[in-house]
Amino acid sequence: MQRAVEIILMRQLASYLAMPIFLVDPSGNLLFYNEPAEALLGCRFDETGELPAAHWASLFKATDSAGVPLPADELPLVTALRTKHPAHRDFWIVGLDGQRRHLKLTAFPLVGQAARFLGAVALFWEGDSR
Amino acid sequence: MRVKLWGTRGSLPTPGPDTSRFGGNTSCVEVRADDDSILVLDAGTGIRNLGRTIPGTCPRVDVLISHLHMDHIQGMGFFAPFYVPGLEVHIWGPASPAETLRARLGRYMSPPLFPVRLRDLPCNLTVHEVPGDEVLRIGPFEVRAELVCHPGPTVGYRITEGARSLAYLPDHEPGLGVRGPLLGNGWTSGQSLADRVDLLIHDAQYTQHQYDQREGWGHSTFDRAIEFAELSRAERLVLFHHDPDHDDATLASLVSSLVKNRRPDVAITAGFEGEVFDL
Repeated sequence: MQRAVEIILMRQLASYLAMPIFLVDPSGNLLFYNEPAEALLGCRFDETGELPAAHWASLFKATDSAGVPLPADELPLVTALRTKHPAHRDFWIVGLDGQRRHLKLTAFPLVGQAARFLGAVALFWEGDSR
Repeated sequence: MRVKLWGTRGSLPTPGPDTSRFGGNTSCVEVRADDDSILVLDAGTGIRNLGRTIPGTCPRVDVLISHLHMDHIQGMGFFAPFYVPGLEVHIWGPASPAETLRARLGRYMSPPLFPVRLRDLPCNLTVHEVPGDEVLRIGPFEVRAELVCHPGPTVGYRITEGARSLAYLPDHEPGLGVRGPLLGNGWTSGQSLADRVDLLIHDAQYTQHQYDQREGWGHSTFDRAIEFAELSRAERLVLFHHDPDHDDATLASLVSSLVKNRRPDVAITAGFEGEVFDL
């Protein structure tokens, strides 16, 4: 399936940036994640290729500061897809190394030429590890 | 389907004895169906000579613009069919989020850049923005337009008549940001347009050395053009949008050594003005 050129260019940009980035289609399927994001998911894009929404969400268990699991609806990427507006929040995950990590996530919708809704992008920053 | 090249040069008209073999006019290609229906691809300076061959009795002409950089529209004001009262002319081109296609074309086709305004042309002119996701039917042709990697709204075209197909990507940088080989599985811009076409007319403006200084300007190297043709499994590749700095001797030498060294899986020619392909 041919990707929209805006999606292709977003992937190329993500592949050059040093911050973890997810790129998803309008249904939430993970089209691409860059090398820094591989550490968050615990798998390599070269090995997995695209991941269906249900699959990658199960690899990525987010909690609030008290360790309470966050419903998927409260995650910025889901919000950005649903509302087509940018979203941001802090959350915590337990990494593959067993360490709890504080992450800040900003997600924004991708709107291409002719107002085509193409999906969303999530950018991660590490917060204080508390 | 008969395809004729009327302008093969990129960026700037380059007339003179040093470019007489491959030509100095900018992008323009005629596509003629078996029933004589005419599509014109881009309105670079090559369109002037093409326009002189179209009789005023022709019922309809369709001009498909890839994008609005000057080398692709500069000949528009000199296209004879525009000045034939009542002749049905359709211009097709990419939409922009800022202005209509008609308004953007009007920036050039109006004073002070040009004395005749679009709205004053005596032909029966209709301007259409190409839809992204649907196939157009223009006479016997099936036309598909898709956005491709190049600065600003730019489309490539795939034109089919019966079992024959042509892909036209005159300004295209499929290798932008790609380290290593071009990606498959739909991750290379323009690939579906060019998939298994009989004839692929594709940007090949730069040598690798030029590209290293001009990455992101929207053009391909010779090598990337060939790689793209191979990835798309095109039958034949026409190298197009020749750099103004490449005179005939340079271009012939570059293509000759490319073919010798690469041994590509696709038939290659450097397009020249007047060249005809019968598909």
